[in-house]
Amino acid sequence: MLVMQGVCKSFGATQALSEVSFSVSPGEVVALIGENGAGKSTLMKLLSGAHLPDDGSMQLAGRPYRPMGPNDARRQGIAMIYQELNLAKDLSVEDNLMLGREKHRWGWVSRKEQRKKVVEILELIGHPDLSPTRLVGQLSIGAQQLVEIARALLSDAKVMIFDEPTSSLPKKDVDRLFAIIDRLRQQGIAIVYISHFLEEIRRIASRFVVLRDGQVVGGGPMESTSDPEIVTMMAGRSVENQFPKVPHSIGVPVLRTQRLTGRVPSDVSLELRKGEIFGLFGLVGAGRTETLRQIFGLDKTLFGTVELADERLRSTPRHCLRAGLGLVSEDRKTEGLAQNLSIADNLTLSDLSPVSRFGVLHLSKRTRVVREWMQRMSVKARSSEQSIGELSGGNQQKVAIARVLHQNAEVLLLDEPTRGIDVRTKADIYQWIGELAATGKSILFVSSYLPELVAVCDTIGVMAKGRLREVRAADAWTEQDILSVAVSNE
Amino acid sequence: MNEPSNVVVELPSGHSVRTRLWRILDSFGPLLALALVVVGFTIADNIWGQGRFAEMRNVRVILVLTAPVAVAALGMTMVIIAGGIDLSAGTASTLCATVLACSLSAGYSVPVVIAMTLLTGAACGLTNGLLIGSLRIPPFIVTLGTMTIFLGLAKQLAKGSTVFVDRKLIPNWLLNLSSTMPPDWHGWFPNIAIGVWLALGVAVLVAVLLRCTVLGRYLFAIGSNESTARLCGVNVLGVKLLVYALAGLLVALAGIYSFSLVKIANPTEGIGKELKFIAAVVIGGGSLSGGRGTVLGTLAGAAIMGVIASGCDQLEIQNSTQDIMIGIIIIAAVTLDQYRQRSMQR
Repeated sequence: MLVMQGVCKSFGATQALSEVSFSVSPGEVVALIGENGAGKSTLMKLLSGAHLPDDGSMQLAGRPYRPMGPNDARRQGIAMIYQELNLAKDLSVEDNLMLGREKHRWGWVSRKEQRKKVVEILELIGHPDLSPTRLVGQLSIGAQQLVEIARALLSDAKVMIFDEPTSSLPKKDVDRLFAIIDRLRQQGIAIVYISHFLEEIRRIASRFVVLRDGQVVGGGPMESTSDPEIVTMMAGRSVENQFPKVPHSIGVPVLRTQRLTGRVPSDVSLELRKGEIFGLFGLVGAGRTETLRQIFGLDKTLFGTVELADERLRSTPRHCLRAGLGLVSEDRKTEGLAQNLSIADNLTLSDLSPVSRFGVLHLSKRTRVVREWMQRMSVKARSSEQSIGELSGGNQQKVAIARVLHQNAEVLLLDEPTRGIDVRTKADIYQWIGELAATGKSILFVSSYLPELVAVCDTIGVMAKGRLREVRAADAWTEQDILSVAVSNE
Repeated sequence: MNEPSNVVVELPSGHSVRTRLWRILDSFGPLLALALVVVGFTIADNIWGQGRFAEMRNVRVILVLTAPVAVAALGMTMVIIAGGIDLSAGTASTLCATVLACSLSAGYSVPVVIAMTLLTGAACGLTNGLLIGSLRIPPFIVTLGTMTIFLGLAKQLAKGSTVFVDRKLIPNWLLNLSSTMPPDWHGWFPNIAIGVWLALGVAVLVAVLLRCTVLGRYLFAIGSNESTARLCGVNVLGVKLLVYALAGLLVALAGIYSFSLVKIANPTEGIGKELKFIAAVVIGGGSLSGGRGTVLGTLAGAAIMGVIASGCDQLEIQNSTQDIMIGIIIIAAVTLDQYRQRSMQR
């Protein structure tokens, strides 16, 4: 049904996909597996028409497939079911299903005809129990996903791509979803299923393809391949010397969480020592970011405590910051940095006291301080007053890290600090993390990129489904071990 | 840290000239527009009118009428920079004027009267800030509610009618605050009512606050990205309370001005005034999505509206035409602003 051959795609200097070949036939479920950043999402973006490939060919139902955009891809029969659902929450199930293809006569919606069609399609997916008049916003996430699938069916999808569809579903809904996928398969729809969870893949897919660093590194029938084999394919990568190390020694415990529980994290107890680099690994949705946010008082704590130097921390960002915690957010755009403010504003916002007196800023002093940081971290910019949104991702990240250093935090919470930045800046960041640890600062380092965690950290904890599953010294882990704990369901 | 330490100069590729042009427009655009309007009316008045538009007497009138709008709009500028809006500013200012009139009539001493008026304004602002910050209701809705509440309070205080004050009870300086007559003192000092100077003083203070104080940085940060501000440990609730209270103080000052203009307090007179304040900020380049706004822009915005009103009067253009003109200018200002932002992003 769908065939990709020798597809390449690069963004600037980074090769996101190289020579990828991939196919799926009608009535087949193919699992697409790979670590974060392996190129899965780029591949999906090519299929859904968000990007065009640089090289290679794509065919759909025997004809060349070259979508002009997401709408065109949908019209040609490729439907995506994303992690975040794309529904109008204030409209009913029926209105959502028929959105953009309403049955009407001179603008008057003919409800009767529509209802017939909607009931038909809900029966087809095996859920005539779903009332067409319910508001989508009142449905559970699982039921909303049904609506999304039904909508894809209505548009005569030939290929359906599920992107981590179970990450936000309770178990009962997962079973229901699998039953539907099975029905779709029997009706001759070609299905691509993206997931981290090997167990799930085993239940639903007949064939798998592993992507790593933008290349297909393996694949085959599910039955004749064991889990460890697949995990090795996902991780199997030689670690080069792109990770500078700085010798540092570990001291007494500094930060301690006890049974920390919130919306996502549950029962997380961990201990961070002086001069320690503690890595936190987990797949998307495992609760690493939420754990950091909760330690920093950004998310509400339902249960449990955070102690800094044996004193209980009040859970507001302001108190945590004063006590010596600093957080670098994973999301530079919407949280980490105020995009239309200047470098100087962003860099000093967390602590203006060294550059002000009685609430009045010493502007030239501030410029001096900011320039100093920009030089130390080699931030490339026109001036300290340039708006931060104009800088490259790497330079923005340098400013975000400089802010935490400027506020002189003792404990640094770094959430994906190397995401979306170039290799050179990454190496710089590893170097700084090492240097900081050597000066006695403690670092909690969240990352989805295993090689960096293994190379940089002293200790690594692995999270899955909101829980901290296991903590070991970094040299007591292998990448395979870490991945298999991260993909475990129990 | 391990890098050679020099800041590399890197110009954004391609659009630098265009970007720079927009940047100049950004800071001087509203002033340029003001100059255009002034020149336009001066010429038009000399051809079709009686040539009185540019006379000192008329300039004095324009300034005196602009001052109250400008003062309240400065408060609004701070609120809008912090990502908020205050629809209750109009009725709050007449509530303050009513408090002023009533307490003067009741025979309180002048310092007490002024203190009560200013406190009323600050209390109005604090109420807004508290509701917005603690209940987490959007500012638009909160101030839409308090707008009517303040109107009702003013009516109750005025017992449903207009409050007249015995002239003898009004102190001299208050009478002269918005006087269009030349003051007694002459000489090198420009011959303008004391209220205009006061407004300019307030403008300088607000400009300093926005540019050079910690509070000013926090306002921009909250308006630009509230999550970032929270991440950086800014006391978001406290800052919001403070900015609404400050804006309330300035609204009270605007109330004092408008009382001194007409010497009576009419509780219903403030309805719709808030839109003038907001218009001044928007014409001056303030962004309703927060994070942007300047004192100079707001002053220019207020002055543009004043000049148009006066110029139209001189040319005997109907009041209705003035309204249409101001409406067009608001839309033009925002369109230009959107266009500018889009081309900066590219």
